[in-house]
Amino acid sequence: MRPGDVVRVALRALLRNKLRSLLTALGIIIGVAAVIAMVAIGEGARARVEQAFSAMGTNVLIVSSGAKTSGGAKAGAGSLPTLTWDDLRAIRADVADVRFVAPRVHATAQIVAEDRNWSTSVTGTTPEFFEIRNWPARLGAVLSHEDVDGGAKNVVLGQSVATALFGASADPIGQTVRIANVPFQVVGVAVGKGQSAGGNDYDDVVYVPVTTFLAKIQGSLQKFIPGTILVEVTSDDVTVAVGDRISALLRDRHGIGVGGDDDFSIKNLTETASRKQESSEALTLLLASIAAVSLLVGGIGIMNIMLVSVSERTREIGVRMAVGAKPRHVRLQFLAEALALALAGGIIGVLVGVVTASRLAARFDWPMLIRPEIIAIAVGFSAAVGIGFGLYPAHKASRLDPIQALRYE
Amino acid sequence: MVRGAPLIEIANVTKTYRMGEVEVEALRGVSIDVTSGEFVAVMGPSGSGKSTLLNIVGCFDRPTAGSYRLAGEDVSGLRVDALAETRNRTLGFVFQSFNLLARTTALENVELPLVYAGVHPRLRRERATAALERVGLGERLHHHPSQLSGGQQQRVAIARALVNQPRLVLADEPTGNLDSHASDEMMTLLTALAADGITIVMVTHEPDLAARAERVIVVRDGLIQEDRVGERVGPSQGPREGRPGEGRGHAAGAS
Repeated sequence: MRPGDVVRVALRALLRNKLRSLLTALGIIIGVAAVIAMVAIGEGARARVEQAFSAMGTNVLIVSSGAKTSGGAKAGAGSLPTLTWDDLRAIRADVADVRFVAPRVHATAQIVAEDRNWSTSVTGTTPEFFEIRNWPARLGAVLSHEDVDGGAKNVVLGQSVATALFGASADPIGQTVRIANVPFQVVGVAVGKGQSAGGNDYDDVVYVPVTTFLAKIQGSLQKFIPGTILVEVTSDDVTVAVGDRISALLRDRHGIGVGGDDDFSIKNLTETASRKQESSEALTLLLASIAAVSLLVGGIGIMNIMLVSVSERTREIGVRMAVGAKPRHVRLQFLAEALALALAGGIIGVLVGVVTASRLAARFDWPMLIRPEIIAIAVGFSAAVGIGFGLYPAHKASRLDPIQALRYE
Repeated sequence: MVRGAPLIEIANVTKTYRMGEVEVEALRGVSIDVTSGEFVAVMGPSGSGKSTLLNIVGCFDRPTAGSYRLAGEDVSGLRVDALAETRNRTLGFVFQSFNLLARTTALENVELPLVYAGVHPRLRRERATAALERVGLGERLHHHPSQLSGGQQQRVAIARALVNQPRLVLADEPTGNLDSHASDEMMTLLTALAADGITIVMVTHEPDLAARAERVIVVRDGLIQEDRVGERVGPSQGPREGRPGEGRGHAAGAS
């Protein structure tokens, strides 16, 4: 029997009962469509979250003072400064695969420009910070090394602060603002970053050189950093390794022996990101189980209708066998029918799912992402269901005795 | 085709069915030889073993004991697939209830055996068309069975039986569902096929139809009760030694 004939006979048998074929495939259509639509929207949301994380930088380590362990009654991270400026320099100089290192100290302060004022977070840092955060200036420039070295009273405004003090369209470069009663000159406005997933406004902040911060806004002991150290590593894959190297270096520098607790903590943004990833993996698992259940139900529907079809067409099977069809030809024919039903259901389901997802996405302004492999998996699984649930009816058909089949009424 | 060569050689065939605890002997030692081109009628009351014999001759079933050679090949021990191949290559079937595929054109019904022989679609179409023309249905290639009369449907079935150029056509009460006029046409057609050298084995209940065959075999209680050459065939031309070419002439003339 030629392959073309197998396909032709199967399609013809299905088209002969169009409504029945459609209803049978409906189980698969609905299952696949639902999964495609949900995955498309879920993936879109996930992509948006990932984008937010990469805006923060996934290859960034945050080193803070204080213990990381949460057991016992230990003070929160950073409550007692233990990191020193020498630690920062040592990380920059001695740890491999480190690209940028920047200190970050901050305080909340009132900032005044002529008649307006605004309470915001004032951060003292170095130019590397803007590299780590991948954060250029929209107007003017970000802080320079000269600003830091000279303790310049220059400030870079976040977009929200610039808007609050000068209005959305004004160019505040060169203007003077007072932070904690100290006059600063505006040298730049950073590009707007928007809000974090938690609703924090990334742009409600101003940046001053760390040296100026310590001298004019919040004093501190000379030796210690009253904040954190941000470290950007050269690539995502070495983040954990660099974290370990920094940990070893700091333990050595702080004279912590084997078994002693760290007096610092190293946080990895990818850890947070992967935790988010895990929750979306749980969602994927849920979707997969819904898909499995609906495909199972669809498959049972196919099996049911194929069994009906075999008994309805017993005489036809008898005739085919009488004129020379071998059992495997009969088996192949019914398998091809079940496969065609399931495959058609899968393909229609994908189309319905894609259309539904894009409609919903457009209607509610959700992001949507359809990955080709999801479609391939959906169609592949439908085909597997067709073959899986078609096997028994096909086997049953192929085992018919031609003589009895011909006499069947 | 070698005329007069033995096509069917059945020797001491028995068939026993097991129905629960009981064993039923449907055939209890049957021997028949049929030469190429013979037109044989098989008669017998129901339960006589006639159907069992036909199933074995038609390669649907295997004998419990004894041997069956078809066209020189021992088919008594063949497995399911090989039996299907033999049916496809060597045999054609005509049934009482036509057994055409519904909602399928005459042409496609006739093509069916060629589909399982793996014949190319174009060649298939040519041969099926030729077979339908031969039974006088060249004008109704694309009719569905429901659009054809009983006689026409049975002629489609004959075209289907002929399309793979079989050595043997088995007809199981081919006129059972036909009126007398269509029956008559059917018998003429079968006789003509025998004249072309195709062996016909026909099961029938009607003595006057059987009488139009060259040879009548009567089965009763699982045994051959009677194996006689038809009235119109000369006594010197018995089935085994007979020259079908001659007998054929008589049979054709008689119809």
